[in-house]
Amino acid sequence: MPDRLAKRAEAARVRAMFEVAGAQVVDTPVLQDAETLLDLYGEDIRARAYVTSDALRGEQMLRPDFTLPVVQMHMQHGAEPARYTYSGEVFRRQEEDPERDSEFLQVGYEVFERGAPEEAEAEVFALISSVLRGLPLRAATGDIGILMAAVEGLDTTARRKAALLRHIWRPRRFRALIERFSGRATVPASRTALLAVKDPFAEAGPSIGLRTRDEVEARITALREDAATAPLAEKDVALMDAILSVSEALPNALEHLRDIAVDMPSISDAVERLGRRASALQARGVDVANLQFEASYGRASMEYYDGFVFGFYAAERADLPPVASGGRYDALTRQLGQGEEIPAVGGVVRPGLMMMLKGGAA
Amino acid sequence: MTLKLGVPSKGRLMEKTFEWFAERGITLSRSGSDREYAGRVDGVEGVELVLLSAGEIPREMAAGRIHLGVTGTDLVREKLGQWEQRVEELAKLGFGHADLIIAVPQAWVDVDTMDDLDAASAAFRARHGFRLRIATKYHRLMRDFLREHGVADYQLVDSQGATEGTVKNETAEAVADITSTGDTLRANHLKILSDGLVLRSEATLFRTRNADLSEPERVAMQALSEKLGL
Repeated sequence: MPDRLAKRAEAARVRAMFEVAGAQVVDTPVLQDAETLLDLYGEDIRARAYVTSDALRGEQMLRPDFTLPVVQMHMQHGAEPARYTYSGEVFRRQEEDPERDSEFLQVGYEVFERGAPEEAEAEVFALISSVLRGLPLRAATGDIGILMAAVEGLDTTARRKAALLRHIWRPRRFRALIERFSGRATVPASRTALLAVKDPFAEAGPSIGLRTRDEVEARITALREDAATAPLAEKDVALMDAILSVSEALPNALEHLRDIAVDMPSISDAVERLGRRASALQARGVDVANLQFEASYGRASMEYYDGFVFGFYAAERADLPPVASGGRYDALTRQLGQGEEIPAVGGVVRPGLMMMLKGGAA
Repeated sequence: MTLKLGVPSKGRLMEKTFEWFAERGITLSRSGSDREYAGRVDGVEGVELVLLSAGEIPREMAAGRIHLGVTGTDLVREKLGQWEQRVEELAKLGFGHADLIIAVPQAWVDVDTMDDLDAASAAFRARHGFRLRIATKYHRLMRDFLREHGVADYQLVDSQGATEGTVKNETAEAVADITSTGDTLRANHLKILSDGLVLRSEATLFRTRNADLSEPERVAMQALSEKLGL
């Protein structure tokens, strides 16, 4: 393993490249307020943050990444547009794989800019590619926005759409919901019994805890309405499956998705954004013809991203975490912006892994 | 050096463990007064009894400070990442049965499955502005189980004792705990989710994979294994 000083030097070199690209250097405290931030991370990072407490300041955590604190800082007093870079340690508990570090360096590049989102996405991707040039990596890209558009365009209730959108990042669960909403899955016996019984509260016992009887009744009403809702159209389910199975070189994926959009016009805008992004990437010298696009990519691990997503993986080392990753996170700026929002896209690289791969290549 | 056997230091778990070994011709006993956590082993040479809290036995085995240990499967899986690579199950002892389950208030007549719990969590968060709290001391096991079942919008809050009371006290909305009969849950107006069984636990004899045995220890292990019929 490369030593700490060498990793730091590599991080400084990468950050300097991001500075040359126009980013302002920022830093964030290592100790972050857990109450405001922890909730916004996906389950994986949330579970792996080192959380401790301070008798005066309450729950504190060692920063598990930079993106959230940087968004928070920008939303509080950033000027627009803004490009930021940073480098430093992030901390994540490792419970399953002793080979993985619980403390590692990240160097990031984040763009907050209105207008021409595809240009900003291409800028981030191309810049990170250039930093990684020469390393034995393969890139994966995806776009959570296409799947979200497909869900929003379904001919079904707002409640069902909300349930599907909420589980976009949990593929198995999403699949189970599709099965249920399309009438393919059997309804649990307890559910049928609940909806059939005259007084559901006959054996309820005393009401304890914060969740009130009112809330239980509201859910029963929702379940009744849902039971009376028509199943999703077979055609729509088949189209969703078709979207999710798109996994090929970007130009082919784009053609494929355009075909699907003919039958599912709700995804047209999102697909055209993908088209503009492909052009913007090409204009920046990215080998788009060989760039892999998977419609399902990023769903299992990248919860706060809601559009373009990407990752760079060691080609010969499937055991390693991604060497770089990033994407668009507009919704996050809304959550941290207290009424404000701004389109945002960014990515991080791990200099420690870059050094390891360089060492391996030598 | 002697082979170190870790056994829970008090209560039924200790007594039952002593009985299990006695049935196989090995007498374990506490030496000195009842308050002293020292023990003796008769019936096999070169084995030393170490009395410990059941919760510490997994860690002591993983560290290689004891060679064998009796504790619950639940504790080993909760406390040791990659437990199978760090300890080996030698024998299930046939007592200390307990299930790690998820329970919610009986008054939640709309919640019977993990799927219901997930939907209730989403609505709860929207209404109350924070994630639905599940009180437990089994953080790792619960996190894995909830992830496996695609439950979102929950948070685990730590509860090291009297977990069943947390709902009534409004410090949690649901609980995940060990139960053998379910009586305490019922007395606290809680019900077990029909697919909320996380783990069946049982007192088990484990061996650490993390200690190289010296020659006398190896001989003692051999003698012990023969006596126990392992």
